[in-house]
Amino acid sequence: MEKFLYLFRGGNNSELSPDALQAHLQKWQEWMMKLGKAGIFVGGEPLARTGKQVNGTKKVVTDGPFVEAKEMIGGYMLVQVKNMDEAIEISKGCPILEVDGKLEIRPIQKMGEM
Amino acid sequence: MDQHSENKETAKAIDHLFRQEAGKMVAVLTRILGFPNIEQAEDIVQDTILKALEIWKYGKMPEHPEAWLYRTAKNQAIDLIRRKKIRHRIENDLTYLLKSEYTLVPTIEDMFGENSIKDSQLRMMFACCHPSITQEQQITLILKTLCGLSPKEIGNAFLSNEETIRKRIYRTREKIAEERIPLEFPSEGLLGERLESILRTLYLLFNEGYNSSHPERLIREDLCEEAMRLTILLTEQQQTSLPQTYALLALMCYQTSRFNTRLDDKGLIILLQDQDRGRWNQFLISKGNEYLQLSTSGPAIHDFHLEAGIASMHANAGSYENTDWKLILGLYDELFLRTQSPVVALNRALVIGEVEGYEKAIRQLEAMKGLEENCYYHSSLGEMYRKTGEKEKAKKHFGSALCFTSSNAETELIRRKLQDCL
Repeated sequence: MEKFLYLFRGGNNSELSPDALQAHLQKWQEWMMKLGKAGIFVGGEPLARTGKQVNGTKKVVTDGPFVEAKEMIGGYMLVQVKNMDEAIEISKGCPILEVDGKLEIRPIQKMGEM
Repeated sequence: MDQHSENKETAKAIDHLFRQEAGKMVAVLTRILGFPNIEQAEDIVQDTILKALEIWKYGKMPEHPEAWLYRTAKNQAIDLIRRKKIRHRIENDLTYLLKSEYTLVPTIEDMFGENSIKDSQLRMMFACCHPSITQEQQITLILKTLCGLSPKEIGNAFLSNEETIRKRIYRTREKIAEERIPLEFPSEGLLGERLESILRTLYLLFNEGYNSSHPERLIREDLCEEAMRLTILLTEQQQTSLPQTYALLALMCYQTSRFNTRLDDKGLIILLQDQDRGRWNQFLISKGNEYLQLSTSGPAIHDFHLEAGIASMHANAGSYENTDWKLILGLYDELFLRTQSPVVALNRALVIGEVEGYEKAIRQLEAMKGLEENCYYHSSLGEMYRKTGEKEKAKKHFGSALCFTSSNAETELIRRKLQDCL
């Protein structure tokens, strides 16, 4: 089994009507729960839209992240699957794709194999 | 209603609700947090109830009080999980779901859904009735955990004291934790055996309530009610709604249909032949018939089928004289072959008395071994001798019967019989 990180980016949630948003969030829950019960989901959290950034050697603190909404990371999730192919297959069920979002899949790098 | 009696009404309703819902919530929370955290689950429930009492004391109960209780318990559980205040590490299939904000709240919500509550209660039942703990422990744990009875109430019901019950609960839980007994459905191969253990324990619990003439009758009836409630729960879930479950439930229905006619106003026992059949609970008898019908869906015959069959013959007979004793005898024959139980043999002999004459029953009873210190054995033998007119022998056996009972109601019944022989 290999671990992969899903990064959820973008998705135009804000354009949904309250009812549609409710239904959309419901889909997220169902999808997560399904992966959880199947033992695929091993961690992850949704992220707030605001935060801070600490920069460089001078450790300058700024407000951020200021990226375009469609690039904004809205959450992350760690999954445990056989390989990249399976990670891709599973990601296709993610509701973020229905609202034109993106899902980035990154294998966990095993240290020592760098 | 004035304010005072209204408050009293509210308190009573809350009390009933508390017991019903406490069992459910403890089962669910323990399912979520794992068995090692059962005491914390109970703390959450206790806290929830106290909050409810505090709030409802001053105002009206909400329209859906159980929803209010669940919401409060859920919020507490979520808060404790978020703040990592759960005493023992959670190690079950929900671990990851509870760790993430994506799934924490939905998981808790899901677990408090109607079907999940039942599922949790059944898992708890399987754990409570695990073969590695004694039947006495099983019953105590069921009453505490699934029925929401306090150690004091359990102590009352079993003529034991609160401290003994507390210790027993503690030791049983230690055992479950030590043996790592999981809150799971057994695998299909083990299901029959494990269900058997639950059914036996529920039947014992029921009989504890039904047979004894405990001074506090109300509590005893509660035991029957709880045993039935849990048996009904087993019939509502696909894996456990097996023919033997329905047979046990049918048996319980028939027995309780006679509840109100077994004792007179003074608490004295009224025997089957003298009971007012018009006061038998027809609703429960028809439920019994319904469940007995449902119990015939498989090929296998369980002892409960035979016992329910016998109870059904009595419940559906118009009078003592019009009872189909021959059919009942056939059922007893089969039951004795299977169980070899001396108590079954004793009951069978009494039916032989009705079918083939009291002399034959006496011969059978006299030949029995191992019941020399059984009150029911001697009183039955006394009754048979009384019927055949052998008063001296009847007196002797009623006398022996008196030595072997501790129940006031039984003593009084036998005294009356003795008087008849004078």
